Amino acid sequence: MEKQWEEMSSDEKQEALFARWMSPKDPQGNDLKFQSPQAQKAYKERITRIKDAIQMKKLPDRVPVFVIPSFFPVYNAGFTPQEAMYDYDKCSMAFKKLVADFAPDAQIGAVAPGPARVYDILDYKLYSWPGHRVSPDQSYQANEGEYMKAYEYDALIDDPSNFFSSTYLPRVFGALEGFKMLPTLTSILEIYGVAFNFIPFGLPPVQATYKALFEAGAEALKWAGAIGACNMEINAAGFPGLWAGFTKAPFDVIGDTLRGTRGVMLDMYRQPDKLIKAMERLTPIMIKMGVGAAKMNGQPAVFIPLHKGADGFMSDEQFKKFYWPTLREVMMGLIAEGAVPNPAAEGKWTTRLEVMQDLPKGKTLWMIDQSDIAKTKKTVGAIGCLYGNVPSALLALGTPQEVKDYVKKCIDVAGKGGGYIVSNGAFFDHAKTENVKAMVEFAKEYGTYK
Amino acid sequence: MAKDLVKALSDLKEQEVVKIVEERLKAKEDPLKILEDARKGMEVVGKRFASSEYFIPDLVYSGEILKSVTELVKPKLTKETETKKLGKVVLGTVAGDIHDIGKDIVVFMLDVNGFEVHDLGVDVPPQKFVEKIKETGAPIVGLSGFLTLAFDSMKQTVEAIKAAGLRDKVKVMIGGGQITDEVTRYTSADAYGKDAVAGVALAKKWAGVK
Ligand code: B12
Repeated sequence: MEKQWEEMSSDEKQEALFARWMSPKDPQGNDLKFQSPQAQKAYKERITRIKDAIQMKKLPDRVPVFVIPSFFPVYNAGFTPQEAMYDYDKCSMAFKKLVADFAPDAQIGAVAPGPARVYDILDYKLYSWPGHRVSPDQSYQANEGEYMKAYEYDALIDDPSNFFSSTYLPRVFGALEGFKMLPTLTSILEIYGVAFNFIPFGLPPVQATYKALFEAGAEALKWAGAIGACNMEINAAGFPGLWAGFTKAPFDVIGDTLRGTRGVMLDMYRQPDKLIKAMERLTPIMIKMGVGAAKMNGQPAVFIPLHKGADGFMSDEQFKKFYWPTLREVMMGLIAEGAVPNPAAEGKWTTRLEVMQDLPKGKTLWMIDQSDIAKTKKTVGAIGCLYGNVPSALLALGTPQEVKDYVKKCIDVAGKGGGYIVSNGAFFDHAKTENVKAMVEFAKEYGTYK
Repeated sequence: MAKDLVKALSDLKEQEVVKIVEERLKAKEDPLKILEDARKGMEVVGKRFASSEYFIPDLVYSGEILKSVTELVKPKLTKETETKKLGKVVLGTVAGDIHDIGKDIVVFMLDVNGFEVHDLGVDVPPQKFVEKIKETGAPIVGLSGFLTLAFDSMKQTVEAIKAAGLRDKVKVMIGGGQITDEVTRYTSADAYGKDAVAGVALAKKWAGVK
């Protein structure tokens, strides 16, 4: 009999998630029908190659290669970001074209542009998007702000979920104003708690909020149907999707979306203890978010974009005190449940590498942008698999020969002994098609292990 | 005493700074002198950032402390401070891009090094740069950008400056995480600065400061 999940070791859990990734299902729960036996074979070969690179136990047949863009597929297909965000068919076409054009070993599906109509309905303020404060041919933009005030740490620490629903969400979604009037749901106790606590649901602003939620939900479902079908078609053509979902470093949860850069940095001076306590409170929540996605989607890799701990953002002392401890704990929590944390070290992290190598071997996957690749290989690369480092500026403005030379250097330096995957290092919008092609093709040609 | 404020501010001792300023104001000292010391303190902060002793949180915090100083001093000011500036710089994050942390640091460093900086904010269309250059007569322009689409926005901004007949009147520097020499050539900017310290060096060179 098969072992229950709870009885498995973390190694066994990771194996189980890889096995599920290897045998994808359709929405009805049946085995996915591949386009052809060759597509099925290619799909399995690709995952095996990636798995060998991640686990670092044996050499893959060759260095795998990824293409992990931002809006590039959309421009590449001749659409504007506005079209991709409002027209799910166009979005799907763009991402299908990406794999058809470049045939990478893994891709990230068509989810990134997202459903603009949902943001319209909810009056989303944290972002601007094409057609809505941004011109149609540009990517969406984040509006950083102090969406949580300096004095609100206690409320967040006390009950994060309630803080989000009653305070944070109404601030970033105009249509969710009504949430401010909702009762604390844990007050609905016994018969006494019922009548009073349901009064708010009868109030017009609350009802308007729920109406918007229903509408947004219906639209999100429509999007999920279209994009889900597209992603499945990409899988069926032999191209595995890399990420089960995402989670974040607790410092970035606070620094990116709640307090903003300025806010979190002042808190490091003015209320360091509260900041640390809040991050500790968010840690199990971030673990659950990543593990939940891995288990639900049946695949191991969980994306973690790393932002405000990069070189220059703080001193090494501050990094060790504020950024790393809870990030490490999130990663360890994911690893314990068989997931493979995939931090993206955006920008340069060269001075952080020694600290960040304090993790078990063969359990992590790192996107590397501009960190020194040789040093990365010696440190974090000794315990985890690396991908990336091909610069955006080179892909946008260089020549195919320059790209090949760069990829050669990456493979020579980081590919030795496995544990490296060729890829762009940053989420690019613009690049020359021939340069992306050169990156993929040269990786396949030069990256074979003999 | 004067030394203390410079030291307290450059060491980021917020409460101490406030106390010193309050005492000096109570002693009826010339508010301009207090501001001058605060400026010296910020200069030290800038130096420490340049030598990698300080990082972004320290700059943000020092800026915040300076704000409380000016708030305390302002009501007592009878005339505006007339410090001599090295030159004017127009700076902003280009169209389509909202990354402002790097730009803000460049603004900060130019400011503490004595430049008069006109910060246009983020997602700035080419025309707005042109207007500001005309309005201020600034001979130095800084463009910040982190996205690959910013390469094109920078290029368009330089073109707009050229179309307005201002290209030979200004020097343009660019910068931001993914900027390289290649991007500089592509955009026809004059130079790129890999960090804020390099940006200050460029501005000083162009302003003819030794
Ligand atoms: C913080 C951050 C954000 C924040 C921005 C917050 C803010 N208020 O600025 C948030 C989370 C909102 C964000 C959003 C996005 N981001 Co972002 N972000 C970053 C990150 C992590 C740090 C950038 C930063 O602020 N650095 C801090 C500064 C101080 O560092 P610095 O570069 O060393 O700065 C120095 C120099 O650049 C120089 N300099 C800067 N400007 C100038 C100007 C002049 C004239 C001179 C001389 C010098 C100069 O001086 C500075 C000080 O010394 C980078 C990755 C990274 N670590 O670089 C990604 C990154 C820039 N983001 C990226 C992307 C794609 C996005 C998004 C589109 C993501 C998405 N798909 O959702 C969005 C939308 C942004 C938009 N439309 O503009 C990509 C760009 C990819 C590319 N170019 O190929 C990056 C590189 C991440 C990656 N590796 O993929 N981001």
